[in-house]
Amino acid sequence: MTAALRLTNLQKTYRNGHRALDGVDLEVAAGDFFALLGPNGAGKSTLIGIVSSLVNKSAGRVEVFGHDLDREPEAAKRCLGVVPQEFNCNNFEKVIDVVITQAGYYGVPAAQARAQAEVYLRQLGLWEKHQTQVRELSGGMRRRLMIARALAHQPRLLILDEPTAGVDIEIRRSMWRFVEELNAQGVTIILTTHYLEEAEALCRNIAIIDRGAIVEHAPMRTLLAKLNRETFVLYLQTPLAAEALRESPYPMRALDAEAVEVELREGDDLNTLFRWLDARQVRVRSLRNKANRLEQLFLDLTQPATAPPTAPGVPAAQAHA
Amino acid sequence: MSAPAAESTGARWRRYWTAFNTIATRETRRYLRIWLQTLVPPAITMTLYFVIFGSLIGERIGPVAGFDYMAYIVPGLIMMSVITNAYTNVVSSFFGAKFQRFVEELLVAPVPGWIILAGFVAGGVGRALLVGLLVTGVSLFFWDVSIAHPWIVASVVLLTAILFSLGGFLNAIFARKFDDISIVPTFVLTPLTYLGGVFYSIDMLPAFWQQVSLANPVLYMVNAFRYGFLGTADIPIAIAYGIIGLVIVLLTGIALVLLERGTGIRT
Ligand SMILES: Nc1ncnc2c1ncn2[C@@H]1O[C@H](COP(=O)(O)OP(=O)(O)OP(=O)(O)O)[C@@H](O)[C@H]1O
Ligand SMILES: [Mg+2]
Repeated sequence: MTAALRLTNLQKTYRNGHRALDGVDLEVAAGDFFALLGPNGAGKSTLIGIVSSLVNKSAGRVEVFGHDLDREPEAAKRCLGVVPQEFNCNNFEKVIDVVITQAGYYGVPAAQARAQAEVYLRQLGLWEKHQTQVRELSGGMRRRLMIARALAHQPRLLILDEPTAGVDIEIRRSMWRFVEELNAQGVTIILTTHYLEEAEALCRNIAIIDRGAIVEHAPMRTLLAKLNRETFVLYLQTPLAAEALRESPYPMRALDAEAVEVELREGDDLNTLFRWLDARQVRVRSLRNKANRLEQLFLDLTQPATAPPTAPGVPAAQAHA
Repeated sequence: MSAPAAESTGARWRRYWTAFNTIATRETRRYLRIWLQTLVPPAITMTLYFVIFGSLIGERIGPVAGFDYMAYIVPGLIMMSVITNAYTNVVSSFFGAKFQRFVEELLVAPVPGWIILAGFVAGGVGRALLVGLLVTGVSLFFWDVSIAHPWIVASVVLLTAILFSLGGFLNAIFARKFDDISIVPTFVLTPLTYLGGVFYSIDMLPAFWQQVSLANPVLYMVNAFRYGFLGTADIPIAIAYGIIGLVIVLLTGIALVLLERGTGIRT
């Protein structure tokens, strides 16, 4: 089966000399729901820019459903829909015209484009605004408009660059359902996000890119299984003495008077921990996972040798959101 | 979704046609929507020219090349508004698309460069011809129009509108900020038009300046256009067509190469 997207030795050096992509090889199977993750500036948008013909590559090859983007640009582009990270609609058009115009570029006749636009705008909860000028939309509405626009020609591969950034929780969940539905209908989805729980919930396969290179590329399940440690934060009713921490069965440190952090490795178990706490008559009010598991892995893979300054006790989820 | 069958030649050309139509329609909607900025000003400016140069001053100038001064300058003034509006329309629209980044909608889609170019040029030509008609309409209050060679009038105005639409497109490709879209109109286009024989016959110039004027391409367009109305020109008409045709081919070629490379539109 042909891959939905195949990148071979993709390189990009910007005019200012910055090397944003350093030989990326990547394959996304048809029908996949794929997450492309990486810290700010890793090269995700550059990669997507090259695939969507907005950025000139310095070297390498892009194939969309087997169509080489250089040799058969039109065939490749017809398979592809893109929701860019930055808003790029015409502010002076009406919402529905944005979608119809985009469809027109792909050769979809106006009447058919209008019918299709209505379907997507309704599904995305934007139909009430279809006669509104684009510049009057809120940030979350703009994101949804860009999704409707990307679907105007019913592409087989949809790439979304941080589609849920700045979108409220309710709309975000409805966007997830919408995209999952598309995927169920056979559309291949590639998505970047900084909300790792989003990637964990939605995506089957994942690649992590860091400083222009792919550092991990595997099924989500394999990756999560690889993660062999987990950090918990315990909120205590009775404080633990500082010297007691050193006797804990697993590495433990105090976050403040009421909270401690404990790290469990593969084979460790919470029962042992609680028995030890019981023995000291320490009552645990509540507990939570410090970082979501994918987040831990992400940090392991991408954190630079010199760790960036993070305030102690600030959950990684917030530090990264 | 199932794999679409390979596209037939017929289907491809239908797709191109729809894409072209989409761009041209959007361009037309744009200048009609902002008609107060695009259609009214040239009509007002030209009315002032007709009143001041044609009626007030023209009475004292006497005939030029055997024609009333008014009749002599009207074709040039129509041409002047056609040139300005073709250029301005495309340069501001395409630069606007770059500035707001919705040019990316075209880049991501399977639209070849020549269709993008044709669509924007169609917008510029449409506005230029509409303004040309408006100005001609206004001029009817000031002179008894007579058209010696209708086909020359029609073809010269069309080709000139195409030429300056292409010029505006190239300007927009290179423009990085708003200032860049007014430099060429102010420092190149306006002088060339004013010195392009709109207001005088180059016979009235000293020999040296006659020769210099012959290097100005606008002179050929204005004179060919005037020839269409009055049947008189400072230059041979065939040469005018040759020059206009050559410049169009040249500008089209450059624009297509730049679009292919992504100059000014891709990083
Ligand atoms: N037009 C440009 N010119 C020069 N450098 C650029 C340009 N665009 C991006 N870069 C640089 O390339 C690198 C990768 O940027 P890119 O936008 O691809 O990152 P990203 O992974 O999408 O980050 P984010 O998560 O913040 O969106 C960054 O260091 C960025 O500064
Ligand atoms: Mg990005």
